[in-house]
Amino acid sequence: MSGHQTDRPLLQVSNLCVEFRTRDGIARVLDEVSLELQPGQTLGIVGESGCGKSMTALSIMRLIPSPPGQITAGEVRLAGEDLLRFDEQRMRDIRGKDISMIFQEPMTSLNPVFTVGDQIAESLRLHEGLSDKEAAARAVKMLKAVGIPEPQARAREYPHQLSGGMRQRVMIAIALACGPKVIIADEPTTALDVTVQAQIFDLLRDLKERTSTAIILITHDMGAIAEMTDRVTVMYAGRVVEEGPVEAILDAPKHPYTQGLIACVPQLDPNPTAERPPLEEIPGVVPALTRLGKGCAFAPRCKYAFERCDQEAPRRVSVDADHRAACWLLEEGTSA
Amino acid sequence: MSDTSSTRDLLLRIEDLKVHFGGKSWMPGKVSKVVHAVDGVSFEVERGKTFGIVGESGSGKTTTALATVRLAPVTEGRVFLDDLEVSALKGEALRLARKRFQIIFQDPFSSLNPRIRAGQTVREPLDLMEVGAESEREGLVQELFAQVGLRPEQRALFPHQFSGGQRQRIGLARAIATRPELVVCDEPVSALDVAIQAQILNLMRRLQDELGLTYLFISHDLGVVQYICDEIAVMYLGQIVEQADRVSLFVRPQHPYTKALLSAVPSARPGKRAANQAQRIRLEGDPPSPINLPKGCRFAGRCPLAEARCHETPPELKVIETGHKVACHLV
Repeated sequence: MSGHQTDRPLLQVSNLCVEFRTRDGIARVLDEVSLELQPGQTLGIVGESGCGKSMTALSIMRLIPSPPGQITAGEVRLAGEDLLRFDEQRMRDIRGKDISMIFQEPMTSLNPVFTVGDQIAESLRLHEGLSDKEAAARAVKMLKAVGIPEPQARAREYPHQLSGGMRQRVMIAIALACGPKVIIADEPTTALDVTVQAQIFDLLRDLKERTSTAIILITHDMGAIAEMTDRVTVMYAGRVVEEGPVEAILDAPKHPYTQGLIACVPQLDPNPTAERPPLEEIPGVVPALTRLGKGCAFAPRCKYAFERCDQEAPRRVSVDADHRAACWLLEEGTSA
Repeated sequence: MSDTSSTRDLLLRIEDLKVHFGGKSWMPGKVSKVVHAVDGVSFEVERGKTFGIVGESGSGKTTTALATVRLAPVTEGRVFLDDLEVSALKGEALRLARKRFQIIFQDPFSSLNPRIRAGQTVREPLDLMEVGAESEREGLVQELFAQVGLRPEQRALFPHQFSGGQRQRIGLARAIATRPELVVCDEPVSALDVAIQAQILNLMRRLQDELGLTYLFISHDLGVVQYICDEIAVMYLGQIVEQADRVSLFVRPQHPYTKALLSAVPSARPGKRAANQAQRIRLEGDPPSPINLPKGCRFAGRCPLAEARCHETPPELKVIETGHKVACHLV
């Protein structure tokens, strides 16, 4: 650890490239992905499936199955230190302690044959060196902290005895147990009902305020982005196509993909009228990553695409102080 | 829209539908617990319209849909399609009647047979229901493919060769193959990517216009329901707690559960975000189990406004204005 630097980001991913060898050739699942996270900040990552959102999370945790996957370039700096240079042993000390993860499906990510109390206590024993008894007591405290009623009794129950919302609270308790600096939440509420989702969001917001943990929220739901995040990174086909503060991304998106993602979702309108215009569509699907051309990956689905889009990949350019997008329209000066 | 009820052309009528599971046990002399999945649901759907049912998991919305097309056992109550009492049909009569009502499922992968080519999947209902002459059927399949936006040569492919959105298009083609009057849609877009949802929803609306279809649309996504439905019922623990046309339900929700549900949806609209969070009605806990039901209002345990009488007597579904019904003591 090299002293204190005031505005150094807590987590800095720069130019991260990840490739997978597949039968159809090399798939570049992450292509020069960069992002920054300050302490206490929530960063949202949005995009369709197959755009590299979860892959980014797994790469930060160094959980890419290798082979076939390989991190080919870039850096992942946590408080200044490059995680990609750590050996596996040091990485295991980081996972669950400095960076922890919350997964989408709490049922399949909890172990069905251990009580939830045991599962929370496990990371406390491993990382904090607590005795079984101390760890069990802390586990109960963690369950209480995430708003589970009767934590003493619940700690002795198995995952199948809890409802979906409760299981997700247990996942959060596990993630928080060792007081991590960063939590990566990969679609944490997708499997939950809206009223329970609201409870989980309240909980995460509350925990963030109390502990100043930074959160990376991976989601495809623009509502969740609006609700939870400070900054947003939009990914498409393994690349960052736009990033900026949440207000700028939602109210004045610059990249046609971001615009499409926001427009194609039927937003709940508190004052609907009798008329219903057809929804805006993004035609087609995310391309296979083995067959990306040299141009902009979104060009085949983009209604504004012109010649240059097929020939050259656009660079990210600043639209505002901290709002950047990668689109030729911005450089040609004809904003979409 | 503003037709009076007397002139409404009703296609589907459901009267006091109940679907209970369990109650019997393999051990003689023992009675196992009864799950009240659907517990006294009645509604009517006008021809050519879309009727939506929303609710959280366990509310009984999917079971209602399945019972409507006789894929779940009807414990009590009646289901009418026009004058045909669907709930009374048996055997071959039921099989033949299925020509008039079809279903699309949530997961477009598990609802298609992985070993059967897409064209055959769409052709199967034509063969089973003997639609058209055998020689014409291949042509019909081609037409159906074009109608749902697939290319005719894709008939020879297997389900795994399609994307999620395309698979759902196959599901739609199969459902409309026999030219049904009613199509039950059980969360047809929830498993799809956001950008693909819009494609399928637009397609469903286009097909409805072209073929005069009536949809019974099940979803937990209020934005989707608002977009596609004409009339909406909100279900909680096996019962309808509020039912209204699209505009009045979202503009003037009356039931505390409906209000809480609407306010829980995060909004990405400019200017709505902060207000949305501040005005949110927060519900504690989870719905009670459909096995041991509370004796009063089923929502009372989580309701922020519940009074003593709510815990004692169940409220009835009352009409509060034309076309708007609510089951709450406080309204």
